[in-house]
Amino acid sequence: MMKNKPDEEDYWNSSKFKAFTFDDEDDEFSRLKESKQAVNSIRSLVEEEDDEDEVEKVSWSGEPVGSISWSVRETAASNQKTQREHAFPKINASSPSVSRSHSGYSLSSLFKGDDWSPEETIHRMQQGKVVSLERFRSLQDKLLLLDFSVRAHDGNIITAVILFTLTSIIRVLFRELESRQTALRHFIHYLTEIRDHRLLLELLSKRRDFLKSCLNLPFSPEESAHVQDHYTLLERQIIIEATDRLAEHAGKVEIFQKFPRRASILNMPLITTLYYCCFYHYNEPEGTYSSPLNIRHTFRISEKQYFVTVLAARAKLKAWSDLDALFTSRNWLGFTKKKSPLSFHRVVDILQKNSAPTQVLQEYVGLVDDADLRIGLAQKHKCHDIVINTYRDLKDRQLLLGYRGKVERGSAEERKINDLLDSPVRKRRNYDHHHHYQHVT
Amino acid sequence: MAHSGRRDSPELPDFSLLKRLARDQLIYLLEQQHEVDKLYKVEYKPIISTSDQVCFLIRPRIQTVKWIYVANADKAAGKFRRYKIIFTPQKFYACEAVLEEQGLFGDVTTDEWAFYLLPLDDDIISLELPEFFRDNFLAGDQRWVRTVGSALHLLHSIYGPFSKIYGIGRCAKMAYESWKEQVEEGDTKARQAEIGNAFLIDRDVDYITPLCSQVVYEGLVDDIFRIKCGCVEFGHDVTSSDKSVKVMLNSQDKVFSEIRNEHFSNVFSFLSQKARNLQTAYDKRRGMDIKQMKTFVSEELKGLKQEHRLLSLHIGACESIMKKKTKQDFQELLKTEHSLLEGFEIRECISFIEEHINRQVSMIESLRLLCLLSITENGLLPKDFRALKAQYLQSYGVDHLLTFANLRQLGLLVEQQPGETLTVMESKVGKLVNDKTAGKLTDAFSSLAKKSHFRALSRKLNLVPKSDEEYDLRVPRDMAYIFSGAYIPLSCKLIEQVLERDSWTGLEEVTKLLNGHEFAFTDLRAKSDAQRIILVMFLGGCTFSEISALRFLGRERGYKFIVVTTAITNSSRLIEALLGNKV
Repeated sequence: MMKNKPDEEDYWNSSKFKAFTFDDEDDEFSRLKESKQAVNSIRSLVEEEDDEDEVEKVSWSGEPVGSISWSVRETAASNQKTQREHAFPKINASSPSVSRSHSGYSLSSLFKGDDWSPEETIHRMQQGKVVSLERFRSLQDKLLLLDFSVRAHDGNIITAVILFTLTSIIRVLFRELESRQTALRHFIHYLTEIRDHRLLLELLSKRRDFLKSCLNLPFSPEESAHVQDHYTLLERQIIIEATDRLAEHAGKVEIFQKFPRRASILNMPLITTLYYCCFYHYNEPEGTYSSPLNIRHTFRISEKQYFVTVLAARAKLKAWSDLDALFTSRNWLGFTKKKSPLSFHRVVDILQKNSAPTQVLQEYVGLVDDADLRIGLAQKHKCHDIVINTYRDLKDRQLLLGYRGKVERGSAEERKINDLLDSPVRKRRNYDHHHHYQHVT
Repeated sequence: MAHSGRRDSPELPDFSLLKRLARDQLIYLLEQQHEVDKLYKVEYKPIISTSDQVCFLIRPRIQTVKWIYVANADKAAGKFRRYKIIFTPQKFYACEAVLEEQGLFGDVTTDEWAFYLLPLDDDIISLELPEFFRDNFLAGDQRWVRTVGSALHLLHSIYGPFSKIYGIGRCAKMAYESWKEQVEEGDTKARQAEIGNAFLIDRDVDYITPLCSQVVYEGLVDDIFRIKCGCVEFGHDVTSSDKSVKVMLNSQDKVFSEIRNEHFSNVFSFLSQKARNLQTAYDKRRGMDIKQMKTFVSEELKGLKQEHRLLSLHIGACESIMKKKTKQDFQELLKTEHSLLEGFEIRECISFIEEHINRQVSMIESLRLLCLLSITENGLLPKDFRALKAQYLQSYGVDHLLTFANLRQLGLLVEQQPGETLTVMESKVGKLVNDKTAGKLTDAFSSLAKKSHFRALSRKLNLVPKSDEEYDLRVPRDMAYIFSGAYIPLSCKLIEQVLERDSWTGLEEVTKLLNGHEFAFTDLRAKSDAQRIILVMFLGGCTFSEISALRFLGRERGYKFIVVTTAITNSSRLIEALLGNKV
């Protein structure tokens, strides 16, 4: 079959047809605009070889075979069609004689020559038998191979066929792949795995939109904002890191001595950076790069997130007065009130995880709105006063009595309970006609 | 404590044959073919060896092949060294192309070790291909389809023939076709089938189940300690000594086999009771004479000691689990998950997730919760999506933009498109089901990224039991016990329904919501007595919770399920496979 090798050499070395190689900067294909053009140039050569008497007609569907350009037009027009794999091209698989595969690499050392058709070849590959792929020179044969491989569902074979066809008609293949999404996925995955950045970038720049749907590349405007923020943050981190490292070494700043830094702040996420600044730079004026307030405003951090982070950092340092100030706001009459963008029971949770003392916990437990939740937390953290006061407000003697057993004997809390129990005010709930006053000695 | 099944439950086939076959093949390859006398583990460090021949046994990954060449080229500069690479379970052309491309010094020969199936236990077989999930579902690479088909074919030829195969999912269908082809190519010997039926299911048919926190004992141990190949390493917090210990967790461990499928709330009391019984048995020796003592020591003591060792291990594990979970507010986390599954108090759930992200509790867990929210709610509202994504990136770093892209591609974490609220989607689907051109629906939905229809599925299949009645976890009444009565795993429910109906009849609306690709095939020639032994193959991974649920189903209905999976998975592994910083 391969009778005219010397002619092929001439053809190959002519300027008309240059194979693609990975090193080829000056590839003629890059100047071809349409796949049709490329195929037409091949087609004309096919027609030249008309004297070949071994023409194999593969008409697997029984329908009349069409021409190459017809099939290519079909392919080019089918960009909108997604499931190409269900419509095999009707192609006249004439004798392969056109192009020679480039010898940059070849699987040929593993394969022997034989006489199978594309469909049979794929079938043999499925059975793990040796085949010769380099026999299939023409575009239509390669595409047939590709289509049969997709039909077989075997990713290993799909990738192999792509690799094989890769060397000689990379860009034409790519256009063909566009309408063969399954095959394209395999190609892209292969490129990702061998990390051929050059090729990947070429594909990216040429067909960005289409690839976006396959690769789902980010960098929408909204995402660009995130990336921009990241760079701004990095710039700051560099400054903060440099300054703090000096300060730490100089040994004059107390907090760095007490709590030595365990790692560099570079490349840490935003919230980690905020925590760091709340820890080491809390009271700085807003103008500095390391001021937590500055970070909050620059990166548009929500009030809730800000509070959570400050809380964690200041609680770690046991800086309770800072927390007090954080939550306190003054209204126009000068009265102070505690407010929080996150629920107070969360505040209590964070404080407790940082081993806050009971008095501090108590203060915040008392601010929890929901009575049941408040009692539950108070009991959990032994905030006796709150429990006692709540029971007092509920006017429930039984509960008070029950709770007395839980406080320390002789403690102030016990005395308080006793006082309340002794109180002469009649309680509606447990009104007992037979109740007598008990005198505490 | 393990509930006794029906008396007519069939026996499981013996899978040790698979192990022997694989081992024999490997020994042959190493000794006869390649004269290997020492094997080293690939650790991505330069190999120091004086021999002139180095043999590698590897998975067919391009990265590994590249490393083999690169790491050794310098060392072998000028030195003639022969490489033998044994790929398992098979070679890939892409790997060979890389070898060719690199133009290795010296000689390279390649070979294949067709090791497909590793029995992890009496009823669990793994292909140990965790990469299957990312390769197949994220990259759309079908390289493993034939592997799975071959694994199925191997099981079919040794333990079949299967008389019925059901399945659902794009990859399941392709695997089935690959299997069918291999069966047709080979010759089926007439034999007495030990496995009658098979069910193939893609992981992406049910993403919800693997994203839920596990509360059956084996699932919890996997979530916390990571079970690898049926083995777990317990650290000093479990062993209460300074050593850590590696333990095999399978039915050979008598203590473990009784608690593995139990809801965690039952486990501790069971173990304490057992410890008391053990103490009693051990105390027997007090009143013994020499003869009795001798008998006791020779017959019982060893067993008691063994039991004691296992008991203390598992009690230690339980304590460690409880400590960790209490610290993490596990109760509240479960409450959020259950609310999401039920569709109840969603805004509170979103607040919880937001705080979870704000407090930087856990990078993987925050993503898991976001995905669970997205799947159950058919996507996040645009404002929620933007806010939560921004906060996630702020808390865990902006390189997760790629992670988000991956999750979006799989349909795990998406933004609701305008006009695509739940009811609109449902009505679209409902209309098309009755439409003659229902096939078009399959096309429209057949992109790799799927839309979730959890609420509709949940209603049709009754996946979320009514919460008004008390659910007794000690006497579970259905598969929902594996999630504390809150949710029946979708995958297992599908299997139950198809087996009940012996087909997909009556489940048309369900399959449309799952994007179709369902199939059922009956081979009348292969009728056998093994109809109630069913092989369930998970393509993309299977959780221990699902295995426990299937065991429960088996006990209830008199089936025996054999779970075959490409790998054991859980929420952490699933999410980790999709992180954006990998190749």
